[in-house]
Amino acid sequence: MKPLLSMEQITLQYTQGGTAAVDGLSLTLEQGEILALLGPSGCGKTTTLRLVAGFEQPQAGRIILEDRVLCSPDTFVAPSQRRVGMVFQDYALFPHLSVLDNVTFGLASLPRSEQVTRAREMLALFSLSGLEMRMPHSLSGGQQQRVALARALAPRPRVLLLDEAFSSLDAALRVSTRAEVRRVLKSLETTVLLVTHDQEEAMAFADRLAVMKAGRVEQVGTPESVYAAPRNSFVASFLGGTNLLPGTASDGTVRTAMGDIPLVGQALGPVLVSLRPEALRLVSGTEPRTGVPDVQVLAREFQGHGAEFTVKCGELELKVRGVPELPLRPGDKAQLEVVGKAVVLEDSSR
Amino acid sequence: MAALSLLPAVYLVVRAAEASGEAWALLLRGRTLALLGGTLGLALAVTGCATAISLPLAWLTTRTSLPGRRVWTVLLCLPLALPTFVSGYVLLAAFGTGGALEAPLARWGVPVPPVYGFPGALLALTLSTYPYLFLALRAGLLAQDPALLESAWSLGLTPAQAFWRVTLPLLRPAFTSGALLVGLYVLSDFGAVALVQYDAFSRIIYMQYEGAYDRAYAALLGLVLVVVTVAVLAWEERARGRASYHRSARGASRATPLVQLGRWSVPALIGCGAVVTLGVGLPVGILLYWAVRGLSSGETSLLGPGLNSVLASGLAAVLAVVAALPLAVLGVRYPGRLSVLLERSAYVGYALPPIVLALSLVFFGIQVATFLYGTLAMLLLGYLVRFLPQAVGAVRGALLQLSPHLAEAAATLGHSPPSVLTRVTAPLMAPGLLAGGALVFLTAMKELPATLLLAPIGFETLATRVWSATAEGQFAQAAPPALVLLAISALGVGLLLSQEGRASPGS
Repeated sequence: MKPLLSMEQITLQYTQGGTAAVDGLSLTLEQGEILALLGPSGCGKTTTLRLVAGFEQPQAGRIILEDRVLCSPDTFVAPSQRRVGMVFQDYALFPHLSVLDNVTFGLASLPRSEQVTRAREMLALFSLSGLEMRMPHSLSGGQQQRVALARALAPRPRVLLLDEAFSSLDAALRVSTRAEVRRVLKSLETTVLLVTHDQEEAMAFADRLAVMKAGRVEQVGTPESVYAAPRNSFVASFLGGTNLLPGTASDGTVRTAMGDIPLVGQALGPVLVSLRPEALRLVSGTEPRTGVPDVQVLAREFQGHGAEFTVKCGELELKVRGVPELPLRPGDKAQLEVVGKAVVLEDSSR
Repeated sequence: MAALSLLPAVYLVVRAAEASGEAWALLLRGRTLALLGGTLGLALAVTGCATAISLPLAWLTTRTSLPGRRVWTVLLCLPLALPTFVSGYVLLAAFGTGGALEAPLARWGVPVPPVYGFPGALLALTLSTYPYLFLALRAGLLAQDPALLESAWSLGLTPAQAFWRVTLPLLRPAFTSGALLVGLYVLSDFGAVALVQYDAFSRIIYMQYEGAYDRAYAALLGLVLVVVTVAVLAWEERARGRASYHRSARGASRATPLVQLGRWSVPALIGCGAVVTLGVGLPVGILLYWAVRGLSSGETSLLGPGLNSVLASGLAAVLAVVAALPLAVLGVRYPGRLSVLLERSAYVGYALPPIVLALSLVFFGIQVATFLYGTLAMLLLGYLVRFLPQAVGAVRGALLQLSPHLAEAAATLGHSPPSVLTRVTAPLMAPGLLAGGALVFLTAMKELPATLLLAPIGFETLATRVWSATAEGQFAQAAPPALVLLAISALGVGLLLSQEGRASPGS
């Protein structure tokens, strides 16, 4: 099946000869899919979104939406003609218009009665019925965000762009709003491109995610596959946190400073591997076992549902996931068991 | 537009460069030095007096249980609305030769306060300018984190010690910027010093111009005044930059516990009352007294000068806002070295004392743009250069409050650029632009020096009417236009204060 939206080798430099904000980026979106662009600030994810919206023009590459070239070196479709909806981080609700007028703003081509009907439908979908005549400043943050979504979706855009759309909400509201919005977007079969720096949000909200760094896509895939098999140390560390260990691989195991660890797949020679904190387990020192390294606990961070320990194993400092009940405190001695597998990273040679 | 604002400054330098050796010799002799000393001395003295009044008042209205603190604050700010030439007029019309209070005071054997020369200038300017310092100190006191004072107490300082060792030192940046504002105001003032005949730079420059002696000498004096002004401005800019380091963290909206005045309330109230009597009661009383006498004799008509004022100020307001738009848009939306430089150039009008600005435009009119000289266009040009900074400031503020995302959101909703302009950008900016225009209008109404020098012959405005009638000692004729100006000026001050306190929509 042909993708709905495709970006082909797009490059954008803000200053001539400077570093590229977006550097030869290629990505595709299927109809009805939610794709998250994830990365640290300044990695070019918001710029990518603005390129799709038409607020920036790339120096090279093409963006194609449903067989229509939105931009290429010799074409440029104005933002107003793209049928791309956008929700901004600050929502950008028009302060001089009521909630209803905000939502009908993008429906100028319809007769007024239809505009109102459509707007009311959208507002009802986001549980905003009854707020039609309110002004934006009198709404709560969560309500403003849902008005912004209703406004962006009312003209039935082909793609919806969300720029850090949940980051202005407080933590408790964010999780419930996120689930609710995802349900509505899925029921409308909306195609969504979401930008976030929050890995938890990306993994919970998106069907696929693209991890970006310095204007390039490092890895694309379902949250599960990217988490389980990060391509390189940047992706492994950015998504979930990990232990990076140098070692020597032979067949299905790798020999590291903390002993032999089983590998996902096969490798040979010097490698760098990622070992997730949950692939390790701490055993308190009552029943010493042989062949298992001794460690000293450096720190314990209680996280409610679990606890993360930092331990010293020889010269290495490792992160280990544990249960909060584990009676270990900084300074205690313990033993470290490997219960999972390590992943060989592409940047092994470095 | 930028070139236009730079024109007077450039032309002043050109004209000064043409000065003969004699003029230079004149500049370097002792009289100029004395003039410089006199002007700076006045600025220092006014700043000192304003501090002596403002510091206790600011503390009383923010930190103590003084009854009616809000009302006092408003009353104490009101003298902001007194144009300095009206302050000068009030002094002369009250205590001067033939003044309203001269005879009664003499009858009771009370000595009449000296109003000519230094004492008069000091009194008039202190009354017109102390609110700047008062407002700055109040803002400084209100911004202080109460936790600082509380930690001083917990460290064993008595409230009095804490005031001297914590509150006052923290006020230094607020004081510096307020004091420099007062100083700048005095340096550039023309109305008060000219009316009470104190030899400050602006008065001497005006006399050189009027007497048509050596105009190059006037240009040289103007240049000296500009140099002094720019030095003070640069100092102020630096002080303001440093002030932010001193300010404590925001969000401390908790109020400092109030000092209970108890029986000290009475002297505090008397002090506030005395300042308000001098700053508000005296001007309004004197103006009303003379206005009633003037109107009953029926020899004054406000209509002609009033219409002239409205015409010139209205046109200036429209011109200034239209001219400010591209400069502000460039500076805010496309920040770059060139656009910022262009925007900054608009502020040159702010650094030029109005009398110098007017003088350099006169030279320009006589020597280069003879077709402009003596026309309304020349006056409007002067107003434009003078008030462009105000307009750029207002337009900038309106633009900064307008998130660029709003226009982008409208575009993604299918609206073309013209539609975005008419349906989003224009309606959201309109209040800011209107306020900016209104501000320029109200300030231009009370402009004196540039109007005196640049207006067409016979083109009398309210301000020049007050000036000429006062200069001739005809207090009754000057009162009605002065009252109108006072009301207009009060409107302008109210607008300015409400603008600053307005919450930003759409951000």
